[in-house]
Amino acid sequence: MPALPLLIEIGTEEIPDWMIRSALGNFREMVERALSDARLGGTVRLAEATPRRLALIVDGVLSRQQDSEELVMGPPASAAFKDGKPTGAAMGFAKKNGVDVAALHVEKTSKGEYVAVRKKLAGVEAGAILAEQLPQIILKIYFPKTMYWTGKGGPRFIRPIRWIVALLGGDVIPFTLAGVESGNVSQGHRRMGGNFAVSADSYVAQLAANGVILQAAERKQRILDGIAALVAGKGLTVKTDEALLETLVFLTEHPAPILGSFDAGYLSLPEEVLVTVMRHHQKYFSVADAAGKLAPHFVAVMNIAGDPDGIVRHGNERVLRARFNDARFFWEFDQKKKLAERVDSLANVTFQAKLGSYLDKTKRMVALVGELGGGADAGRAALLSKCDLTTDMVKEFTELQGVVGGLYARAQGEPEAVAQAIYDHYKPVSMEDAIPSTAEGRAVALADKIDTLRGCFGIGLIPSGSKDPFALRRAAQGVVKILVEGKIALPLAQVAGGDAALHEFLMDRVRYYCKDVRGFAYDEVNAVLAAGCESLPDVDERMTAIQAVRPTADFEPLAASFKRIKNILRQANFEAAGEVDGALLEPGAEAELFTAFAAAKTKVAELREGKDYRSALSVIASLRPQVDQFFDKVLVNAPDAKVRHNRLTLLANLLTEFSSIADFSEIVTSSQAS
Amino acid sequence: MDTFQETIFKLKRYWSDRGCIIQEPYDVEVGAGTMCPETFLRVLGPDAYRVAYIQPSRRPADGRYGENPNRLYKHQQLQVILKPSPSDIIDQYLGSLEAIGIDLSKHDLKFEEDNWESPTLGAWGIGWQVMMDGLEITQFTYFQQCGGIDLDLVPAEITYGIERLVAFLQDKSSVFEIDWTRETPYAKVRHAEELQHSVYNFEMADTEMLWQLFGLHEKECQRLVDSFAEYPDKARFPVLAAYDQVLKCSNVFNLLDARGAISVTERVGVIGRVRKLAVGVAGLWMAQNYPVVEEVA
Repeated sequence: MPALPLLIEIGTEEIPDWMIRSALGNFREMVERALSDARLGGTVRLAEATPRRLALIVDGVLSRQQDSEELVMGPPASAAFKDGKPTGAAMGFAKKNGVDVAALHVEKTSKGEYVAVRKKLAGVEAGAILAEQLPQIILKIYFPKTMYWTGKGGPRFIRPIRWIVALLGGDVIPFTLAGVESGNVSQGHRRMGGNFAVSADSYVAQLAANGVILQAAERKQRILDGIAALVAGKGLTVKTDEALLETLVFLTEHPAPILGSFDAGYLSLPEEVLVTVMRHHQKYFSVADAAGKLAPHFVAVMNIAGDPDGIVRHGNERVLRARFNDARFFWEFDQKKKLAERVDSLANVTFQAKLGSYLDKTKRMVALVGELGGGADAGRAALLSKCDLTTDMVKEFTELQGVVGGLYARAQGEPEAVAQAIYDHYKPVSMEDAIPSTAEGRAVALADKIDTLRGCFGIGLIPSGSKDPFALRRAAQGVVKILVEGKIALPLAQVAGGDAALHEFLMDRVRYYCKDVRGFAYDEVNAVLAAGCESLPDVDERMTAIQAVRPTADFEPLAASFKRIKNILRQANFEAAGEVDGALLEPGAEAELFTAFAAAKTKVAELREGKDYRSALSVIASLRPQVDQFFDKVLVNAPDAKVRHNRLTLLANLLTEFSSIADFSEIVTSSQAS
Repeated sequence: MDTFQETIFKLKRYWSDRGCIIQEPYDVEVGAGTMCPETFLRVLGPDAYRVAYIQPSRRPADGRYGENPNRLYKHQQLQVILKPSPSDIIDQYLGSLEAIGIDLSKHDLKFEEDNWESPTLGAWGIGWQVMMDGLEITQFTYFQQCGGIDLDLVPAEITYGIERLVAFLQDKSSVFEIDWTRETPYAKVRHAEELQHSVYNFEMADTEMLWQLFGLHEKECQRLVDSFAEYPDKARFPVLAAYDQVLKCSNVFNLLDARGAISVTERVGVIGRVRKLAVGVAGLWMAQNYPVVEEVA
């Protein structure tokens, strides 16, 4: 059976850049699965995409399925043959399968003997299979938002499909999708190429000849090399920005960067504003001078080979000038009314219908900052924190909320601590983002997030599934991160303000933070949280200590013993734990454990007090020989009730005393895990 | 270098050559060319239609007293509707750029995702902002729904912001410096209008009167919508007049908004009121033009 290359190219109008990579992956997986299910083999040699095409080349696809055999089971042998002669049942089965009765044979199965037949299945041509499957696969490619274009009820895709290349070897795999017939003709770059017949072997080169750089990695390299060449010898550096780079790679089929300039006078505007205009509104890279300061240049990436006459550069410079003029206009206009004079107008900006205006929120935040012990500067920052929502700058550049407020506060002579706190108070905006850099900033950020959480939970706006319109998960995550990394010992119960659902929601975020952000093992997280989580910085320290002590030889066996102790106490329904009566102790293992425990107890208490959890855990772990010996030699369920009670008391004290750092019984030991 | 009006002539000629009816601007205030009946109503239903027209579009909140070089209270849109959209629609669009003197081999062109939505009209579509040398020169949309109704044929809507486009072509740093004709700059034709309407919209508009107007137009529209069912001769029914009332409401809403008279909370509610009217009229238009024939058993 000959093996052939399979080439599929879906030609579309421009797909949104951020959807392309995952759509390509999804397309590739489905084609691979279809080939494998159809037993056609093949190895993907190329999976690439540009804004206008998703392309796959699969090598070694069988031109036809191998013939195969299928075993079809029939009636029980006892019913099919009587005295060696076929019955009606056997004949019916043979007829149904299109074979002679003589072709039947008997199969032994675990349920007894059955007649059966081996049917030969002729392999199907790969072209026929793919012609049927490809249209379905293409329409199944996942996109977050699709459209129809051929009319109501028509097929849906991310953008209209305009051509399809489907070739197996030299033959077109024929099908029609959304009125487009598959063929062997591809299209080049919109302005640098034409329409041309392709083959799997020369596909990439043919596209290149028509202005399309198919491989994303190559487009990326071109941008990087181009940028390096543009700034070489000029004492300039271009700030790396992976996300922007990725966007541009999938916004172009033939990227080429150009270096533009703007009037240095605009550098008097805040860098944050200039960078936002360049980055978010124009998709430009910003440029720094040798000292690392923003330079009056930018790098734009074109979707065309070159700009020999400087026309594109001139156009981009003109647009940027207009944008910067707008920003300057906003800046100057906004200064006419100070932040402090804008507080009252927050009454006109709704925070949430049932939770009132931003003025209401501001008042609650000011009170919260007080409760958090934030001080006068933090209180002032909270009062002014939302005022930038009424400025033209933030209306235009919403992503700069907070930042603009901070910049305006500084320009308007507010204390630096106030300005910085306003500037930072939306932080952290993600798990990767840093928390506010000052205590005042952390107080305002906490107050803002806590108010939102309490308010939304209070009116039943609780996130479910993927629905979280008020970004409460992010807010809660931010609270956790600030408490831990800012070393703020604020109990979560207080954060939740008595709302049980919110408390649990916050606990979920604590678990997520410990496991997914900090990388602690889930059982360590459970063990530490079970021992209490009044203070998150303390949780973090205990977690770190457990992680450090865990690999030591005594730790896991001791954890197993703790679990055993817990079970024993539970089975005995033992709760009250008074003092151990030394007189009732049996010499040997029991007395030794008691002595070791008493010594360790004092040491652990001291170490715990000094927050040296790691040493405290080591001391606890060092009790292992005595604990092991105790269980080896001593019968807890002693016949004498007094002795028994005393033994249970010893174990209970041991458990209580040493469970304040972590509940060891939550640790999954390796013997359990296996 | 073409003047402002020559560029408009060329675009109209270009789309006329491609089968478009060339309409004149609608004579009721609108915020965008999409709102004109030639788009809002004509995209509904199963009949093909091609139309292009200039539409002066009023956006009171965007006014800047004629001081900002790039912002206008009223700008002109060239609106093109091709229903259904032909498969070479993008090539046709690119041809229109060449027709107004853009050498595409020398410019950077990108199609960036930009899905259009008008909550007021119960309408949305999928498309791009077309960027040339970093400037958005066109909004391109495949309509999916209008007046809350899924569209039978998917129209392509191409909207050129004429001032911005011509400032680019004439390489002017302010729209007010555009040559409207060789002798007359844009400022001379329009500056006073920008200044005076900004003063009115931001400082002098009587919000109480505007709220009353909103209520009156809303009531009149709703009265018409409600009386359709009982009206005997459907073909005579003034659906188009009812739609004018929707446009009046929308414009008054924009004026109130510019005046800062609508809080964010109220906003959603008022938009909902206008949408209800728009959806109602769209339904009437469908019922009038494509009555469901009752099958006789």
